[in-house]
Amino acid sequence: MSLAESLASVPTALAEADRLAALAVADVSHSYTIDKGRVPVLDHVSLTLQRGEFVALLGPSGCGKTTLLRLAAGLETPTSGSLAADGEAIAGPDPKRLLVFQDATLFPWRTVRNNVATGLEARGLMKTHGGRIDDALALVKLSDFSHAYPHQLSGGMAQRVAIARALVNDPHLLLLDEPFGKLDSLTRLGMQQELLALWQKVGFSALLVTHDVEEAILLSNRIIVFSDRPARIVAEFDVGKPYPRRRDDSDLVRLRETILATLGIQHD
Amino acid sequence: MSDLAQSAEGDLAIAARPIVQVWRGGIHASAAWFLAAAVTIGFPDTIPWGATELFAELTAAGGAVLLILAFVVHRLGDVGRRIAYYGPWLIAIGLWFAVWEFSTAKTGWLPKPFFSPPHGLLNVYVVDGTRLLICIGYSLRLWALGFGSGTVVGFVLGVALGWSSRFSYWGMPILKLIGPVPATAWIPCTFFFFPTTFHASVFIVALSAGIPVAILTASGIASVNRAYYDVARTLGADERFLIFKIAIPASLPNVFVGLFMGLYYSFAVLVVAEMLGAKYGLGWYIQFQSAYSAYANVYATLVIMAVLCAGIVQLQFRIRDHLLAWQKGIV
Repeated sequence: MSLAESLASVPTALAEADRLAALAVADVSHSYTIDKGRVPVLDHVSLTLQRGEFVALLGPSGCGKTTLLRLAAGLETPTSGSLAADGEAIAGPDPKRLLVFQDATLFPWRTVRNNVATGLEARGLMKTHGGRIDDALALVKLSDFSHAYPHQLSGGMAQRVAIARALVNDPHLLLLDEPFGKLDSLTRLGMQQELLALWQKVGFSALLVTHDVEEAILLSNRIIVFSDRPARIVAEFDVGKPYPRRRDDSDLVRLRETILATLGIQHD
Repeated sequence: MSDLAQSAEGDLAIAARPIVQVWRGGIHASAAWFLAAAVTIGFPDTIPWGATELFAELTAAGGAVLLILAFVVHRLGDVGRRIAYYGPWLIAIGLWFAVWEFSTAKTGWLPKPFFSPPHGLLNVYVVDGTRLLICIGYSLRLWALGFGSGTVVGFVLGVALGWSSRFSYWGMPILKLIGPVPATAWIPCTFFFFPTTFHASVFIVALSAGIPVAILTASGIASVNRAYYDVARTLGADERFLIFKIAIPASLPNVFVGLFMGLYYSFAVLVVAEMLGAKYGLGWYIQFQSAYSAYANVYATLVIMAVLCAGIVQLQFRIRDHLLAWQKGIV
């Protein structure tokens, strides 16, 4: 069974649990201890991500968006409030919820193929699911580079490997932390299209942190805007437009201005 | 297309010059080696050293081989290009032999016993070869046991120190305190603690190699990019996977810095350890021979040591390049 097929079968297998959200964040507050002082980063945040939904998180830089992703990934526990995924409380990292960072963070001592294999290897699934590696590499169009080392890849290719490394584990939820933030603008446009295509083909849920309003509008079903630190949700927008979307669509241009205004940036 | 044009030009050039292609450096090197042979055999030794004829024969044979190579080297492909690259060195070595012979054995400008002509060294290998081989065996055994056990223990300790904060709390201050003490300073105590001189020597060599490996492994493990652990943990890695598949490979470049430092320390300590109450070994041999002012034997041993140590260093470079092929710039 190919990766796309097996992933496509996930919704039917879980049909009865359909009403359970891919991610449910309930009244989460979080603070860090820095120099003996408590720095609050998240302030009573609640949000729900439906299965298969693509949600973008917008906000000023350093506002705590990344913290929310780390909480959702199970890398940290919130100071108060709770998070659940597929109806289960998040207690720690789980390959069902995977992070893709701004830096591809590939393991430089592993070839592209072995980077993608990491998750299966760590869970002892190489024998049964090893074939998925080739499918994942094909999905991100990097089959020819399976034996290359990360330092031989361009930024866009490295980010595609990072996405393949996540997808090979059949994640229900992809947590994307400004995944294209460091790419040049042309590569970024291409990667946005590819991510969109993957999402439509594979059917995972996605939570995308970005500070690129246009990126959020082009890709997501819903946009959530965060305030400055400590982050609160200040606005939420539904982008009710079918894909593929055009940048110059008049509704979307208006939406862009509204969102920018919410973020405190006025035109003229 | 351009290749064809080039080879056609090459053919023309050969046709225009009917002489066979000659490697001029080879001719010069050959001349230098024949000169060394001529100096060796043509002048009488001021004091007999032995192996004069043998050395003359060997240098003459070298000269003859170089003369043949001068005409065939261009047909040997990569090997030939490598030989030709070292042409200036081959010339210098031949001249060096000639000057060395002339200034020591032939004129006595550099007197016995402190200086020895090249055939004096050769004579040592001829006369005392068996004993030297035994000494090489003993030294290699001591070095291998010491360096091997020291680096393994050092590496394991380093991983533990770098990984576990509790281990680091107790271990790091101790390592920082005893690490800078030269391994040779432990010699008096070790002879008291260990049943035999050999055990004590292995311990000192192990200590000298193990400490830099432990320190650099620990710092390497501790400085691994935290994001690697985050990625691996979300992908389902347990602690075992994090240590063996993330922390250790990520810190391998540091480990090799430690291994190279340990390598040089271990050579130094090896010789010192052998000079103290060993029965065989290259260090012992140097000590023993210099007591008799047999400096030719000392020089001959130094040459062996240089070749052995350089060989081991080269071997370790090869291993590193193989294991760290993923690093930028090494491939």
